[in-house]
Amino acid sequence: MIDTYLIPLVKILFVLNATLLGVTYMVLLARKVIAWVQVRLGPMRVGPYGVLQPIADAIKLILKEDITPTRADKWVFTAAPIIVMVPALITFAVIPFGPSVHLFGREIPLYITDINVGLLYIVSVASIGVYGIILGGWASNSKFPLLASLRASAQLISYEVAVTMTLVSLIITAGSLSMVRIVEAQYSANLWYIFVQPVAFVLFFIGGLAETNRAPFDMAEAEQELTGGFHTEYSGMRFALFFLAEYANMIVVSAVATTLFLGGWLAPFPNVEWLNFLDFIPGWIWFLLKTFVFLYVFLWVRATLPRYRYDQLMRLGWKVLIPVAIANLLVTGIVKVLL
Amino acid sequence: MGEAIAFYSIAALILGFAVLVVSTRNTVHAVLFLVLNFLAVAALYVLLTAQFLAVIQVLVYAGGIVVLYLFVVMLVNLKRPPEDHSAPQRHPWLGFALSGVVLAQLAAILMFGGFGAPTDTSAAQTSDLALNNVERIGMLLYSDYLIPFEVASMLLLVAMVGAIILAKREL
Repeated sequence: MIDTYLIPLVKILFVLNATLLGVTYMVLLARKVIAWVQVRLGPMRVGPYGVLQPIADAIKLILKEDITPTRADKWVFTAAPIIVMVPALITFAVIPFGPSVHLFGREIPLYITDINVGLLYIVSVASIGVYGIILGGWASNSKFPLLASLRASAQLISYEVAVTMTLVSLIITAGSLSMVRIVEAQYSANLWYIFVQPVAFVLFFIGGLAETNRAPFDMAEAEQELTGGFHTEYSGMRFALFFLAEYANMIVVSAVATTLFLGGWLAPFPNVEWLNFLDFIPGWIWFLLKTFVFLYVFLWVRATLPRYRYDQLMRLGWKVLIPVAIANLLVTGIVKVLL
Repeated sequence: MGEAIAFYSIAALILGFAVLVVSTRNTVHAVLFLVLNFLAVAALYVLLTAQFLAVIQVLVYAGGIVVLYLFVVMLVNLKRPPEDHSAPQRHPWLGFALSGVVLAQLAAILMFGGFGAPTDTSAAQTSDLALNNVERIGMLLYSDYLIPFEVASMLLLVAMVGAIILAKREL
């Protein structure tokens, strides 16, 4: 009873809340990092160094008037932000945060579930998130959001192809689709897969930037061209859901990249004799640390690079990333057969 | 018992969404019900411990193909109400005849193809299937069903080439 229902339930609750808290503080981190890059201070008023800013923001957004445009499609308009948020959250079901821990005399694995198609599950759940963006733009019944959502969905579908193709070569290397087994494969290989599949890593990271609509691929909310993107007509908490979903997706991409390429909960060069002293740091701290590095890079890129033009974006996706991903897949397959 | 409850509720959802797909007037809503329908079918696959099929169903159909449907529907703007049922090209009897043929086929499969689940599924086999879903399907695809698999991929390639030629008149 406890093992089948209570423990998974507690884990789900914990992961969901930790993610949501992480997302709100991610917003603060983003504002701070971008402010530092631009030699500003960022939020400073609420709490010391502005650490309570996310809470103030949340209260403001909840209390704000929620406007639905008169000619909007009410049901779809309401559903769209939810459709964007839910896939980002349920992805965490298969992400392993660490090896098992001993708590209250039981061995508890630090993941919610380990299904044998974990990686495919993440890809397929992420593909559902596109609907939120398309529908949000369509249901607003307004021309800029519609254009923005068309752009965004074309972008997401194109880069999905490249990312999925890249992941196939990683799957061949690891020999499994289960997230836990991919990490274990890196343990027995003594190497993070970033060193085995550097090309795939670069492709995945570029694809991840594009899939989360982050700069330099934040075409969907190009203010200068589209006023505000697909969520122009949204206000209050519904707007906040779109906004938070973007950050949640950044955390998802970072966590997945950590698991696939940086060895998840493993220390650098795991299982190597003279580096074993690194094991005194628990696995979940390694995991969070690496995820944090990725998140920082996301913000760093956002503060540094200018936005791509739309046709450049599409050309990069279809004429560079996908061919390179296919070539990488071929090479991986040949090497795997020869070795 | 629990499995039966799950099966019948999922089946009811599938049928309900299917009816909504064809009865809804707003085309975008119809496409959305189609997505829900596909998701319910994926749930049915999970119930059959075919996780790989379920995930592929979501990835390819719900997350890929229907997005393109939605694209087309949004771009051609079908918001005006559809015309009354008086189109001269309509052949209701032809429709009935065709659906009768499909019904007869299904009945034939049920009658001659053996009814119900295969009898030799032991618990050990089921758990093996759940653990090695992907491997099993891969082995089957590349051994027993190699030729249909290759033919299907050729078909997709032909469709892709055709689409490119249609889209780009001068290459």
